[in-house]
Amino acid sequence: MRGVLMTLSETSDVKANRLSSADYADNFSDIHPPLTPHEALVEADRCYFCYDAPCMTACPTSIDIPMFIRKIQAANPVGSAKTIFEENIMGGMCARVCPTETLCEEACVREIAEGKPVKIGLLQRYATDTFMEREQPHPFARAASTGKKVAVIGAGPAGLSCAHRLASLGHDVVVYEAREKAGGLNEYGIASYKTTNDFAQDEVDFILQIGGISIENGKALGRDVTLDQLTADFDAVFLGLGLPGVNALGLEGEDAAGVVDAVDFIGVLRQAEDLSQLEIGRRVVVIGGGMTAIDAAMQSKLLGAEDVTVVYRRGQEYMNASLYEQELAQTHGVVIRHWLMPSSLNVSGGVLTGITLEKTELDTGGKLVGTGELVTLDADQVFKAIGQTPDAGPLAGGSIELEKGRIRVGDGRRTSHPKVWAGGDCIAGGEDLTVVSVEDGKTAAESIHKALMA
Amino acid sequence: MADLSTNFLGIKSPNPFWLASAPPTDKAYNVERAFEAGWGGVVWKTLGEAGPPVVNVNGPRYGAIWGPDRRLLGLNNIELITDRDLEINLREIAEVKKRWPDRAMIVSIMVPCEEASWKAILPRVEDTGADGIELNFGCPHGMSERGMGAAVGQVPEYIQMVAEWCKQYCRLPVIVKLTPNITDVRYPARAAKAGGADAVSLINTISSIVSVDLDSFAPMPTIDGKGSHGGYCGPAVKPIALNMVAEIARDPETRGLPISGIGGVQTWRDAAEFIALGCGTVQVCTAAMTYGFKIVEEMTQGLSDWMDEKGYATIADFQGRAVPNVTDWQYLNLNYITKARIDQDLCIKCGRCHIACEDTSHQAITSMVDGVRHFEVMDDECVGCNLCVNVCPVDDCITMVEMTEGSDPRTGRPIDPDYANWTTHPNNPMAKQAAE
Ligand SMILES: Cc1cc2nc3c(=O)[nH]c(=O)nc-3n(C[C@H](O)[C@H](O)[C@H](O)COP(=O)(O)OP(=O)(O)OC[C@H]3O[C@@H](n4cnc5c(N)ncnc54)[C@H](O)[C@@H]3O)c2cc1C
Ligand SMILES: Cc1cc2nc3c(=O)[nH]c(=O)nc-3n(C[C@H](O)[C@H](O)[C@H](O)COP(=O)(O)O)c2cc1C
Ligand code: SF4
Ligand code: SF4
Ligand code: SF4
Repeated sequence: MRGVLMTLSETSDVKANRLSSADYADNFSDIHPPLTPHEALVEADRCYFCYDAPCMTACPTSIDIPMFIRKIQAANPVGSAKTIFEENIMGGMCARVCPTETLCEEACVREIAEGKPVKIGLLQRYATDTFMEREQPHPFARAASTGKKVAVIGAGPAGLSCAHRLASLGHDVVVYEAREKAGGLNEYGIASYKTTNDFAQDEVDFILQIGGISIENGKALGRDVTLDQLTADFDAVFLGLGLPGVNALGLEGEDAAGVVDAVDFIGVLRQAEDLSQLEIGRRVVVIGGGMTAIDAAMQSKLLGAEDVTVVYRRGQEYMNASLYEQELAQTHGVVIRHWLMPSSLNVSGGVLTGITLEKTELDTGGKLVGTGELVTLDADQVFKAIGQTPDAGPLAGGSIELEKGRIRVGDGRRTSHPKVWAGGDCIAGGEDLTVVSVEDGKTAAESIHKALMA
Repeated sequence: MADLSTNFLGIKSPNPFWLASAPPTDKAYNVERAFEAGWGGVVWKTLGEAGPPVVNVNGPRYGAIWGPDRRLLGLNNIELITDRDLEINLREIAEVKKRWPDRAMIVSIMVPCEEASWKAILPRVEDTGADGIELNFGCPHGMSERGMGAAVGQVPEYIQMVAEWCKQYCRLPVIVKLTPNITDVRYPARAAKAGGADAVSLINTISSIVSVDLDSFAPMPTIDGKGSHGGYCGPAVKPIALNMVAEIARDPETRGLPISGIGGVQTWRDAAEFIALGCGTVQVCTAAMTYGFKIVEEMTQGLSDWMDEKGYATIADFQGRAVPNVTDWQYLNLNYITKARIDQDLCIKCGRCHIACEDTSHQAITSMVDGVRHFEVMDDECVGCNLCVNVCPVDDCITMVEMTEGSDPRTGRPIDPDYANWTTHPNNPMAKQAAE
């Protein structure tokens, strides 16, 4: 974590305590408050119980959406949650973080009919929250022990989903996690107003209730264990490493105070005991066009930054963040500017004072080029959110084939190594979504099971 | 503007919408509010004998079933007739009638099945200035155990007897309110007519247990751990009421007997349907109890707008128009062939038509065509049953289209323009007998 907590010169306005404590609590409360039972029933009644439902096809984990909604209608929210967990053990987190507007809800026939889809995400949250609140016993029992052992690297959505499915199939699982806490980006990355009240850890506890999974926190592949060792000691290995690196701007002054990795910033924010102690610039510029950029911008604003601008080097239609997320940020006062790419960081005495950007356009060949026209924005902080990068280091010597730096997988998410599977953000061709990672983990677990039981 | 006024047995009302005998008509306070809201008439909550009134339970009286968004579809009650003193009711009836001379004021009565009881109450009701009486032979609970209500309505001889007493001891028009808790409604209707009744009204509530509490294992509404059957009404009962009205309207023995239609009237359209089946007025209870009296505005205006659109100047212009079209199954034209058609522009691809037809009917609707989600009727399988139309969530998306030429792709048989029914069908053994 660089920058955020550093001492700064007087010229730069980066400080904590910008807001009253009530404002902090308010700003970081649930952004989409859960449905009340009445709201849930009214909303559930809107579902048509479609045949071969398009929403279900659009869900990366193929949750039986019409069935879980029907169970809410039929006053069985606990049973509804079981339907959800059968396909997606992180149904609770996904209900909070999925960009439903580009997944299930986009496909809902009522979106086609009226432009108002059934609120599938909020109903999913209603069911899973009810399940958690009623402190139900874990909904799945483990199959008889197979005597097989599988190592899972990374306790993020991919790793935990894989571990849970493996455990339920009767295998024993050891999860190696580099960080102090399990959960991956659920714990360190997702915007805090999407997952309040330590939900990520509650969900980890829920997943572990199945038994047969032990997590070794603070144990990193490549540092504390090697792939060779694991493939020798275990019957199979699953890699759910995520994307531990971040892209650099490649500009001079990148290590100046005030230039910060957006993911680091969010990670610190997520772990903060007291949000009022977090320093934030008065004027913040976020570089990037994905969910991370939007989340960093939103949370800067919510911490009390006055001017927050997201700059993206292409037009809006190319942004990875959904239109809905962009609009949400804009409603919160974030300005989004397009067709601008970083040109130089303006630093004075080791401290950031602003950023100069060059206007961009597509040339006749469709290639992004600078126009030469420059724009300077004063800034106390610049957040870099231009993408995370895989780290092949830990895989060294394991003969795992990569594709553009990410792990290449085939059927069942099996890598080029016959004993190694992979999933989540670290594999090639993924979508960098929680729900997709959960699906990867589940699919890999089924494939591992098949291979081990063959 | 259409003229909605009605003249039913000489009783005039500005519109055909009357409130049925029930809680909305139990007191001057309610009835005054109803008249202010625009109701054409009321049937006062059923009066009992002089003396100590009946008592109601003090726990819950209602149970219900709901559709989406908790829309009330069927209501069940275990109420009795009025639990207020007869004298108070009679006084209020007289006062209200005096203040609202242009509205229909009918008084519902239920006293023991003895001549003396009827002889005693009838003149008192007549003295109020009311326009008519309705005999409550319908209440399925509480009163029937005492030999009144449905207990009378289920025995045609009693109906006839009481109707005769009423005609004998009272100059007011007599409406006999029928219970649906019988097998063939034509018998009680014929009895009413034979007894000299001027009209029938129907239906009263249907015996019902609306739900069972799965914690206490008792019917709902539950009174201290027990429940009893109640009377069912509301939108859910309309189809039953319409059928019973039609049965009476087309029975040669009762044809032309005036009918006041009751059961599940919620909107102007329901009322128009009852009137088309021959009713002179309609009575409403549950809709008012669900939404309050204001709904009558939608009812009167809706009926008037529809009549204007259709060019009906008066209620009589369309009253009974559907009666000749109610027939027995055996006379339906078997040569009339329809196929379902899906309007692809309206279709939202929910797939309900497909799965309904696929799982439970005739496998006549596609779900995929050339790898694309697409719902289309296969004419060579479609029997024209109309199930898909009824399960489709989009209005008018699926329609039944008549085939008038060519041949039916399902049977390969040419379309026959001539009418032919079961009575002459070769597969009908009775038809063969007739031919011999
Ligand atoms: C700021 C931000 C916001 C996001 N918001 C959303 C959102 O709203 N909705 C959404 O669907 N998706 C969102 N995403 C994407 C989503 O979080 C990821 O797609 C998802 O978490 C990927 O899961 P994973 O299990 O592959 O990786 P991760 O969640 O990254 O988990 C990987 C785990 O592996 C551990 N690890 C890494 N290397 C090693 C090693 N060598 N040894 C041991 N352990 C290791 C890490 O510590 C981590 O715990 C967001 C991402 C970011 C960065
Ligand atoms: C609570 C309640 C009490 C009723 N009491 C009487 C009554 O005293 N006398 C009577 O003839 N019908 C009574 N009814 C039946 C109604 O008059 C009417 O026939 C029936 O509710 C069907 O009409 P609806 O579907 O519009 O409610 C009662 C109905 C309800 C709901
Ligand atoms: S598409 Fe919409 S209406 Fe159909 S099942 Fe899914 S949520 Fe329900
Ligand atoms: S409707 Fe009125 S009288 Fe009946 S329970 Fe409710 S408040 Fe009490
Ligand atoms: S039920 Fe109606 S809307 Fe749904 S697929 Fe069939 S035709 Fe289309």
